[in-house]
Amino acid sequence: MSPEQGNFRTWWRSGAPWIWLNAGAVAISLVVVVGLLALIAARGLAHFWPQDILQITYRTSVETTEVVIGQLAGTEEVTPERFAESAGTPAPTGLESIERWLVKVGNRDRLPADFRWLNHHQIESISTPTELVRVERTEWGDFYGTLSAVLEEGRLVAEGAAAWAALQPRIDRVKTLREQARELQRGAIGRINHQLEGLRLERRSLELKDKATPEALADIELREQQLADEYAVLQQELNALYAAIDRDIILMDTAHSEGVRVPLSHVVEATQPNALSTIEKLGRYFHNIWTFVSTEPREANTEGGVFPAIFGTVMMVLLMSVMVTPFGVIAAVYLREYARQGAVIRLIRIAVNNLAGVPSIVYGVFGLGFFVYLIGGTVDEALFPEALPAPTFGTPGILWASMTLAILTVPVVIVSTEEGLSRIPRAVREGSLALGATKFETLWKVVLPMASPSIMTGVILAIARAAGEVAPLMLVGVVKLAPELPFDGNFPYLHLDRKFMHLGFHIYDVGFQSPNVEAARPLVYATAFLLVAVIIVLNLTVILMRNHLREKYRALEN
Amino acid sequence: MSNPNLTATTRRQKRRLLADAIGGKAIGIGGVWVILTIVLIFFYLLAVVAPIFQSAKVSLSGTYDSPGQAATLLLGIEESGELGYRVTATDVVFFDLEDGTPGETVPLALPPEAQVQSAQPIGINQRHLGLRLSTGQLLIAKVDFRVSFVDDRRVLYPDISYPFGDAPIDLGSLAPQDPLAVTLGEDAVTLVTQSDSRRLNLYQHRVNPLFGTLAANPETESTWTAPIAVERVLLDPQGRWLYLADLNGVIALYDLGNPETPELTSINRLLPDGVRLSAVELLLGGVSVLGADNLGVLHQWSVQRDTENRYSLVEVRNFDLHEPALHLRSEQLRKGVVAASDSGRLLVLHTTAERTLLDKKVLPENSAHFVLGPRADHLLVEDSASRLHHLTLHNPHPEISWSSIWSQVQYEGYTEPDYIWQSSSADNDFEPKFSLVPLSFGTLKAAAYAMLFATPLAIFGAIYTAYFMSPSMRAWVKPSIEIMEALPTVILGFLAGLWLAPVVEDHLLAVFALLLFLPLTFVFSGWLWLRLPAELTRRVPDGWHAALLIPVVLLSAWAAFNIAPLLEQLWFGGSLRIWLEQEAGISYDQRNSLVVGMAMGLAVIPTIFSITEDAIFSVPKHLTFGSLALGATPWQTLTRVVLLTASPGIFSAVMIGLGRAVGETMIVLMATGNTPVMDFNIFQGMRTLSANIAVELPESEVHSTHYRILFLAALVLFIVTFAFNTIAELVRQNLRRKYGNL
Repeated sequence: MSPEQGNFRTWWRSGAPWIWLNAGAVAISLVVVVGLLALIAARGLAHFWPQDILQITYRTSVETTEVVIGQLAGTEEVTPERFAESAGTPAPTGLESIERWLVKVGNRDRLPADFRWLNHHQIESISTPTELVRVERTEWGDFYGTLSAVLEEGRLVAEGAAAWAALQPRIDRVKTLREQARELQRGAIGRINHQLEGLRLERRSLELKDKATPEALADIELREQQLADEYAVLQQELNALYAAIDRDIILMDTAHSEGVRVPLSHVVEATQPNALSTIEKLGRYFHNIWTFVSTEPREANTEGGVFPAIFGTVMMVLLMSVMVTPFGVIAAVYLREYARQGAVIRLIRIAVNNLAGVPSIVYGVFGLGFFVYLIGGTVDEALFPEALPAPTFGTPGILWASMTLAILTVPVVIVSTEEGLSRIPRAVREGSLALGATKFETLWKVVLPMASPSIMTGVILAIARAAGEVAPLMLVGVVKLAPELPFDGNFPYLHLDRKFMHLGFHIYDVGFQSPNVEAARPLVYATAFLLVAVIIVLNLTVILMRNHLREKYRALEN
Repeated sequence: MSNPNLTATTRRQKRRLLADAIGGKAIGIGGVWVILTIVLIFFYLLAVVAPIFQSAKVSLSGTYDSPGQAATLLLGIEESGELGYRVTATDVVFFDLEDGTPGETVPLALPPEAQVQSAQPIGINQRHLGLRLSTGQLLIAKVDFRVSFVDDRRVLYPDISYPFGDAPIDLGSLAPQDPLAVTLGEDAVTLVTQSDSRRLNLYQHRVNPLFGTLAANPETESTWTAPIAVERVLLDPQGRWLYLADLNGVIALYDLGNPETPELTSINRLLPDGVRLSAVELLLGGVSVLGADNLGVLHQWSVQRDTENRYSLVEVRNFDLHEPALHLRSEQLRKGVVAASDSGRLLVLHTTAERTLLDKKVLPENSAHFVLGPRADHLLVEDSASRLHHLTLHNPHPEISWSSIWSQVQYEGYTEPDYIWQSSSADNDFEPKFSLVPLSFGTLKAAAYAMLFATPLAIFGAIYTAYFMSPSMRAWVKPSIEIMEALPTVILGFLAGLWLAPVVEDHLLAVFALLLFLPLTFVFSGWLWLRLPAELTRRVPDGWHAALLIPVVLLSAWAAFNIAPLLEQLWFGGSLRIWLEQEAGISYDQRNSLVVGMAMGLAVIPTIFSITEDAIFSVPKHLTFGSLALGATPWQTLTRVVLLTASPGIFSAVMIGLGRAVGETMIVLMATGNTPVMDFNIFQGMRTLSANIAVELPESEVHSTHYRILFLAALVLFIVTFAFNTIAELVRQNLRRKYGNL
């Protein structure tokens, strides 16, 4: 395709412009795909970097300035018109465009808002003093300021420069104590509550069965009394722990006030990012990532980690794969090996194929109506009448969610397994039969092992799809904050009736339903990155596996 | 005697055969079971939806002699349908609704010598009774039921109380048969009476906030002359509208916004000459009058505001009752009505849905009293021989009909029929608006914009990848576009809502400029490439154009985002969005169809791309070679041979993409405002069927009409996407067979 140089008409007629147009479509698609992933990765990963705390001298009018302390959260350039529209004041003259900085100033309990827009042209100077401290708190978000003193039970322990050194061990101490308190609450006290609830149900069950004899009731009461006694002891222990946690207080100076009391019981972490070297920052960075994936969310999910969401997602997906794998494989084997091939099977195959294209929300609706209300309601009446009217299985939960997703993904497994079965050469099967193996033995010992990689492919694809699906889960069991994990130390350990948290829903909830979207935004990007990473890794595995398989079968056929 | 080895082998053989048989059976059962589960989805959705289209059922549950003495003045039914009661001249007689066993008889606290002459229910829940005494006074009584549990059994204890004290209200010189209307407000009781044929009196008695008793003297009182001979007086529960009707179908409408000076807002003759009203009743909410005429037609007249802001009664719809109605009763929880005729015909209707749910001769002829239970599930009728007939009515979902879902409906308070989705409200007397049209429209709108964005990109991209791209580049381009398909839509939705929407809002012109000029830039780059020295161009092998264009895309985007603000300043006063709103009058939502189109387009691109690419790539190579050998250019070969052969595959790709766009939930949920508007404007949002389900289903009451209609929405989605996919699949299979033959 080389028309003579420079002749536009011939070039045009040859259709080459169209080819360029088509190439352009590919270029756009690639840029978008890569750009999207890069955007998520950049925003998601940047969140963990310990950013410098800026001390900004900001001119508020001709003669007054104020000091703003905080971390830079974003910048934008706006035209004077837009500036006027959004700020409500006329834009300064003589500027082509206005640069604005979004600064996270924290201190939500003392300032009107924890984010603030600053106009770049009003910034007089910026410095990064090393003594600036960022305190992560369990309530009211971050606190920025300088540490002035550490108090223990009201008396001064350290002051000024020495305070920082005195602070760290105390934070660690509070952290350990808090951990102990949590352990106690979740562990021993949680177990007692669980047993008390069990006794309540036992009594109700006896009443329902007309077996509530005085002896039986007295026995239950006795056990309740024992538990209550144990509880009282533990409660005292817990109170002692809380008292110990409340021992220390730090005094901080901010840009606006001095000697602000920050109880250490509220402090999760205190850092001086400006004092860190790059290596130390890198250490902090990985520490932050670890904290993110291993801790629980705080403050309506806008702070802290996403551990329960990861746990819920993984658990739900595992339950789903346990269900989907056998059924998907059996259905595929039936369709390919046992059913008489004909018009009906062809129709069924088309139907199964098409189910993969049915909107996921439809499965959610089905799951809610059929699993939760119909089956769950029936199960409750038959097995858990003592808990009614509070539903046990007649309410959305992790079991129903994983069953719904199993139905949603079963076509994927069927299609993939069938493909694998159809690839196995006839000769292999016939060889096995000719050697005297029964049909089932051939299937079990020859065909299925050979098809196992494509079964795996199907299951991984199903997992990747299930892990990212949110819409049906919103109907059948996902919640924004689950007080308990679906797996814990109380009998029967695995609580399939519990609701759970999910990474995808977490993104939706924090990004769109949270009261403080600005504060939560970096967290949403980080969660999104985590989810995307998991799903892309799963899919890449499938692609590699498929390529490997193709090679293998090619070798087999020759 | 027999070889032990042999028996062992036979036993083993038997076991193997058994295992084979069991395995085969198990797989058969398992396979069929999985397939049945899949079929179950459809049938389960259907089973949940079906009841909303079923008619009502009525059955006669019992007939018994009127319990107690004295003639019935009024019948009543307790809410759960366990007890019934009769109001007589001196008592209220309660009885078991099932079999008429007399229960308690509660005497009324009447002044000495006085008797009740007539009784009428008051208010929405009809628990209040207006008792007209022989002394010409009015006593307001309330029927209460106390629930208590005896041996775990629910027992109801009836009682009569007097919420405004047992001192009757003086009505002046009012004959017991003269019309009277009463409304109980939060802090006042309003009475409208008619003394002689045209004199009307309005009294408003203040309720003492401490004791709940009524002030003896009315706080407001007014008297005026009606323009018509009033036969019926109706007052809405809020005490805002007063309707005066004569029997010829003339209704005068008064606005009682200021009770001291009732304002006549309109007077309409609503029936033709010679036609007379046989029964009149207010519909739940009190802004519609139901009137049955002697020709057997039931009319619904609603208060409507005209263009000059005047309120008047307008006929909204009518029903054919076949016979003149003797009694009309409105439901207390829904916009339904039941009618009884002389000959004993019972009709159950729903106004909004325009449905006649039941038409059956089950009532006694010429019934004297007729009452509908508070939940519209029981009927109690007294015939001319003082026998009571108890009927059970099963009518769970009257609100839905084909027309109320898919056609324009005239709702109360709206000036014209419209498609509206509004499923719930804080009011009890709210008229649910279940039109699926705005939601379907939103679904199609979102899908259309997504397809508009995705189809060209995906198909053009697929053509290039399959036909022109060098194999080494294709090996990594195809998977990287396909991996997008696995990207959770919640992520696309979140990026669209939180990142793309603000970007588009701020750089509207840049986005449009990119959409329009990017294609031109590509062609121009191609031309430029042609003009470059051959030594340079020869170094890049054929089939790498796309890689060359990546910097062009980036550069164009950078240029657009930098130049557009200047142009906006030049032409649109700084901001295209503000200009659109102020100068062009186009309203702009931040989360709009453009954003949804781009985000959902992105979700659809990989699907379309992948299938199209496969279809084009698997066009048999000898066709292409033949065409090229005959001297056609690659482009000619592509358009006249390859694309023609692959066109069914491309068609099925688009269908599958469309199916995906129609059912996508998270993206539309997050990237639009989710308002159910019907508007083609690209800068407005929409609410789709799927997003609507996700938003409303968790909050809807199980097995309510709302719940079932959401299932209907799911069923519609299921059928539509299933149909799209089936067509696509059939086309694709045909194509595969064709390739096989070539």
